[in-house]
Amino acid sequence: MSSTRAHSFVSIAQASKEQIEELLRRSAYFEQHPNSELLKGRVVATLFFEPSTRTRLSFETAVNRLGGRVIGFSDASTSSTSKGETLNDTIRMVANYADLIVMRHYLEGAAQWASEVTDVPIVNAGDGANQHPSQTMLDLYSILKTQGRLEDLTITMVGDLKYGRTVHSLLQAMKYFRPKFRFVASRELAMPEEYLSFCRENGIEYEEHREFSPEVIADSDIIYMTRVQRERFADPLEYEKVKDLYTLRKSMLDCAKPNLKILHPLPRVNEIDRDVDDCPEAYYFEQARNGLFARQAIITDALGIDLPED
Amino acid sequence: MNTDKKELAVAALRNGTVIDHIPSEALFNAVRFLNLESQPNAVTIGYNLASKKLGRKGIIKVADTFFDDSVLNRIAIIAPNAVVNTIRDFEVMDKKRVALPDSLVDIVRCNNPKCITNNEPMATRFDVTDRGDETHDVKLRCHYCNHTVDGRHAHFK
Repeated sequence: MSSTRAHSFVSIAQASKEQIEELLRRSAYFEQHPNSELLKGRVVATLFFEPSTRTRLSFETAVNRLGGRVIGFSDASTSSTSKGETLNDTIRMVANYADLIVMRHYLEGAAQWASEVTDVPIVNAGDGANQHPSQTMLDLYSILKTQGRLEDLTITMVGDLKYGRTVHSLLQAMKYFRPKFRFVASRELAMPEEYLSFCRENGIEYEEHREFSPEVIADSDIIYMTRVQRERFADPLEYEKVKDLYTLRKSMLDCAKPNLKILHPLPRVNEIDRDVDDCPEAYYFEQARNGLFARQAIITDALGIDLPED
Repeated sequence: MNTDKKELAVAALRNGTVIDHIPSEALFNAVRFLNLESQPNAVTIGYNLASKKLGRKGIIKVADTFFDDSVLNRIAIIAPNAVVNTIRDFEVMDKKRVALPDSLVDIVRCNNPKCITNNEPMATRFDVTDRGDETHDVKLRCHYCNHTVDGRHAHFK
């Protein structure tokens, strides 16, 4: 399938199975052909109303490796927002200059709103706690690449499942691929009922665990680790109690399946022990690299640029 | 029809609007929502009345006032089973259930302080994800930030 029409990419929940598969196909293409002139003569604006160096560098590298040019800002304090300009006005102004707008915003729903005020395609690079669809695409591509398929995998999510935007989006995107989920978290940070009912409505099998046990690890094709943040706990004692319960160590991987891979959206603090980094199961650094290909895929697809025939 | 006559006998409403089958919990929200405090005409509010369907219900009767459908239908957000009777000369001229639209534009305010709609001059938009019934609330989801809210906890703009 090729996409011939420019369109925004705001939310993974709105993406069809065909769109996700097309983006994965494109990601694989860009891994083989990272440098091209597909964006030659085009200008991409990266508007970062809140700083996110990692995401911005990844998007800007993607544009540069596609032969395009980048304008934008990396912090709202250097834009007119600090003078009280509305998002509507900023987007309409930038739309005069750029062929595509990549935006990160601290307010939830900002990307959806931006996509409604201009015809220039908007790519959401994170809007508050709401959506971060390019992260989900790089997660899906990492799973596909390491497992050879997306269907019928057992995915264990560990840590902060309550506030973790990445696990929620991944869960929604996986609905097309018959996953089995294992949710490992303390009661305070358990997967919200909203997402458990999403699983039930979509016929997705899941189990909830309080303990990060060898049985859960032995069962998994993918372990998706997330950071447990101290500030999420009303009671600091509660944090001290659970913080080490969800740390992955090398010794815990003895019973793992040979195809197990460990993912983490990064930055990591202490939820994955350093001794795991050199294990064959550790995949989180390569995962971040896949972000480049996933973002090249998203940008070209949003602009409706067909890929050259291989 | 008999029950209608009984109700009407109590309030002796000659002309006006009777909104019935409002869950008791939603009654005062409905009162606020219809802006009845600034209503110059006679208003009768019944609270915790016996109801076969709801257990307890609320009822609002407003003399000599006829609301627009668009206003009445908004009541569906907090009371999806409410029934609106239009009374003329002591007779029920029209009786209909409130109708909830599929999406609500610029009617409800998002409860999420970090939602773009609370920080930018723009219309809100909510999609109705559950139309509710006697046993459970209407559910609305913000088109922008995806936060959900129960109809009875919705804040009106």
